[in-house]
Formats: sequence, structure tokens, C-alpha cells
Amino acid sequence: MIQQQDNIPLLDIKDLSIAYGEGPPAVKNVSAAVNREAITAIMGPSGCGKSTLLRAVNRLHELYPNVSVNGSIMLNGTNIFEIEAIDLRRRVGMVFQRPNPFPTLSIYDNVLAGYKLNGIGLKRDEKDHIVESSLSSVYMWEEVKDSLHRRGTFLSGGQQQRLCIARAIAFNPEVLLLDEPTSALDPVATSKVEDLLVELKKEYSLLLVTHNMGQAARISDYSMFMYMGELVEYDITTKMFTKPSDKRTEAYLTGKFG
Amino acid sequence: MSIPTRIEPTSRRRLVRDRVVRLGVIMVTLLTVTPIILIIVKLIVRGYRQLNISFFTEISPDTFQAMMAVSNGDMIPGGILNGITGTLLMTLIASAIAIPVGITSGVYLYDKHSTRYAAMVRNITEIMQGVPSIILGIIGYLWIVKNVTNGFSALAGSVALAIMMVPLITKSTEETMKMIPESLREAAFALGVPYHRVILKVLLPTGLSGLMTGILLSFSRIVGETAPLLMTALGSQLVNLNIEKPTSAVPLLVWEFYNDPNMVDLIWSSSLFLMIFVLFINLLSRRIAARGSN
Repeated sequence: MIQQQDNIPLLDIKDLSIAYGEGPPAVKNVSAAVNREAITAIMGPSGCGKSTLLRAVNRLHELYPNVSVNGSIMLNGTNIFEIEAIDLRRRVGMVFQRPNPFPTLSIYDNVLAGYKLNGIGLKRDEKDHIVESSLSSVYMWEEVKDSLHRRGTFLSGGQQQRLCIARAIAFNPEVLLLDEPTSALDPVATSKVEDLLVELKKEYSLLLVTHNMGQAARISDYSMFMYMGELVEYDITTKMFTKPSDKRTEAYLTGKFG
Repeated sequence: MSIPTRIEPTSRRRLVRDRVVRLGVIMVTLLTVTPIILIIVKLIVRGYRQLNISFFTEISPDTFQAMMAVSNGDMIPGGILNGITGTLLMTLIASAIAIPVGITSGVYLYDKHSTRYAAMVRNITEIMQGVPSIILGIIGYLWIVKNVTNGFSALAGSVALAIMMVPLITKSTEETMKMIPESLREAAFALGVPYHRVILKVLLPTGLSGLMTGILLSFSRIVGETAPLLMTALGSQLVNLNIEKPTSAVPLLVWEFYNDPNMVDLIWSSSLFLMIFVLFINLLSRRIAARGSN
């Protein structure tokens, strides 16, 4: 099993169940501890609850009506369900399936959106510094430094997605959630984003939902396999892909379903 | 059961029938645009002569002036300044009331679309769109004329027009909000942005062109309304900017000119002006909508 690097794990998920309305739970009794400065992939077939699990970490699932949650998630020792959702979300970055830069904002303001939309005032040089360092982290600074004040929507899909990653890390989040971040991108853009994620894990902790097994194998350090809302297996990625301990994991990895 | 061995070539009868149907569809379509073209042509032919500077700078003439001019074979003196200022005054006050109310409730209906309260409000909004505008005039009379201004007033007219405007703006705001991708809302929430700032800083700016289009279309609807004003603003021979006093409006003037056999020519020019004004607003809203969709 997985060795903890610290005494307190980054994320400690305990006995978490999430249900929408009266239906069967989308996530069933999941317990897992997520490591720092690593990429942890959550994979599984459609509808297995992987997105729901991810969205519970920043409580974005609460946007849907009639959601019930049991269990707890500790983020660096604080129970996320005991603090304000707004405060939690400022500690957690998120990147979505489709690039979603704010169409009314410039590239510059998109990077600063977390500050700007929250009404947090910054000095001019602080802003410049955050924009330059965030865009440099996603290898976009050279590409866009001369068009910072143009709208973010003229960028290509891959650039838009990297801009969204820059927006998420501009807040220096404790954990970065990625919900199938490459599913809307072409192969070239996908490989650029994957390389970027591998670089980012030196500074950030990434939790990545993917339905692409290849992606999980290529870039993740740890993998969770979810099926029908349950966490079937959670292990070091290389181990899971070579010697899965559960039959369902093996069936999924060998393409018997999914 | 017999199996056809080859497809018969299309018969002449079928070709003829196809042409007849196609021609019929074109004719019927032409019927729908014919009246509007005839109206515009008629308005231009009969109305253009009165459209000069004094038409926009002078108040409407009295019967005697008009009668003298007609009997001498001159152009009717005066203009519709009192109507233009009244229309602008009342439509702007109506907008000032209806835009905040309409946009707020539109955003609410979008956001809480599945609650019972929202469903009720949505139904009432739709019913309100179908309320005959004369009834809104009666409401304006009961609420404002009798109880607030104690007499016919621009304020009463504005309120009647605002009641007409609100459901239109509510509906268009809700539709605009629905067009904004869910992912944008999620992006803002994921950054820890509080609910009211998501609406003010993300949803409304993103939907701005849609909102503007809805506002302009509802504005162009009320600009030409006569019935709600008959019992509220009443009309006035003078330029009036006091909201507590009776006020004229361009459509009210058209109605007054119609009731005076000496002023027939002014009907055409006032209608032409109204038509051009409404057409202009409609074209403007289309331009804004087109820019927004790019």
C-alpha cells in the first residue's frame, strides 16, 4: 500500500458517501489518503463516481440540488465540511473538462480572476508578478506576453486550457483538481498539458480524474480505480498497472469494459 | 407480397404537383410581408412632406391653426415635440423601473429554475405578457392616478408601461442566462467567488449583449403603446417634463390627430416617425445580438 510522506496527509478522505436525491449513492464509503507533490489519478468507467468524488474536494457538488454527503474530507488537517465553501474553494484550484476562460476578461485578468472576482485588491507590481509567474509556470509567458490585454478566447483550445491552469495556480492552491483536463483537446495539445502537469507536481499536489488509462499510466504517481461508486483499488500507479490486486481493476485495465 | 424490381421514373404528374406546392408556399410567404411593405410605402408617400425641422421643434397645433392651414391649402403648422419629449420621458422612467426588476427576476428564474416559487413566477410572467395593454392602463389609473398623483400624470403612464416591460425583460434575461455555459459558472464558483459576485461579475457581463437586446426589444414594444397611456398620461398640448402632470406621447398624438378631421396629414408623418424610430431600435438590437454571438 501507499506510504505516507508526512504525518498529516494532504487529503484524508474518510468513509465518504455522496448521493443525488433519492437515487443510489454516486460515491460509496470511499476512504483514501492523497499524497503531496504528486499526481494522483482517479479512473474508472463513465458514471463510476470519479467526478463526484473530485468535486466533493472543493464542494462544487453542492451546486446541484438535493445532494447528501456522509463522511469527511480533511484538507491539511481541516475538515472541509466545517469551513465556509468560499474559503475552501480559495484553497483548492480546479481545472475543468472544457477550457473555460472568462470571455469578458483579458488574458491578464483571467489569470487574476480569483483575486479580481473576489474583490481582492492588489498593487500593480503584485499583479504583474502573479501574472508573469503563473503564465511562466504553464509555459505560456513567451507565447502571450505581448497580447496580455487581449481576450482569452482568441487562444487555441490547448492554450486556453493552460490559461485555466494558470488561473487555478495563481492562488497557490493546496491541491489542484483536474476533471479530465485533456478530454476536449487534440493529441498535440494533450501531450503539452500532460508534460505541464508532470512539471507542476514539483510544486503542487494534483488530483486528476481521467477516463484515459494511458494518461493515468503516463503521468500519475498513484492511481485510484473506481467502479459503481466504490473505490476498488488505490495503489502506486506502476504497481496497479502491472499487478492489479482486484479482478475488476484487471478487467478494466485489459479493456474488458469501460 | 410483390417486391418492386425497379424504381419507376418520376411521373410528370408528380413534377407538376411539386411545382404547384412550391409556388403556393412562395405566394403565402409573400402574403405575410405584403402588408408591412404596403404600410411602409403608404407612410412614406403620405408622411414625408411634414417631416421637416419644425416637426421636431414645435408642439402640436390646435384645431383652429390646422383648419386655417388646410383651408388655405398650406402645410399644417407645428410638430410633435410635446409627443417626442413625453414618449422619451415615460419610456425612460418605465425602463428605469422595469430593467432592474426584470433582470433580477430573470436571473432568479434561471438560477432557481426548478423551485415551485420560480415555476409560479414564470407562469405569471407569461400570463402578464398576454394581458391586454388597456388593462395595464386601468391599473395605472387605479394605482397612480387616483392614489399618488391625484390626476393624470407621466408617472402613471410610466408605471403602466413598466408593468408591460417587466415580463419581456424577465423572459429575455432568463433565456440569455440559459445560453451561458454552465462551465463558466462553475469556473467562478471554483475560485471561491460568492454567489452575488458570480452574478454581477461573471454572468451579467457575459450575457450583456443578450440583455441589451432584450431591453431594446421591450423598449421598442412600449414606445408605440397607446392604450395604457389613454387612462394614465392622458396627453397634453405642451411640452411637459413634470412627472406629476399630464403628458403627451407620439402614439397619443396619432390618436388625437385621428380624432380631428383637420389634422389627417399629421397622422401619417407621426406614424412614419414612430415606425422609423422603432425600426431603428430593432436594427440596433440585432446588431448588438450579432456582435454578442461572435
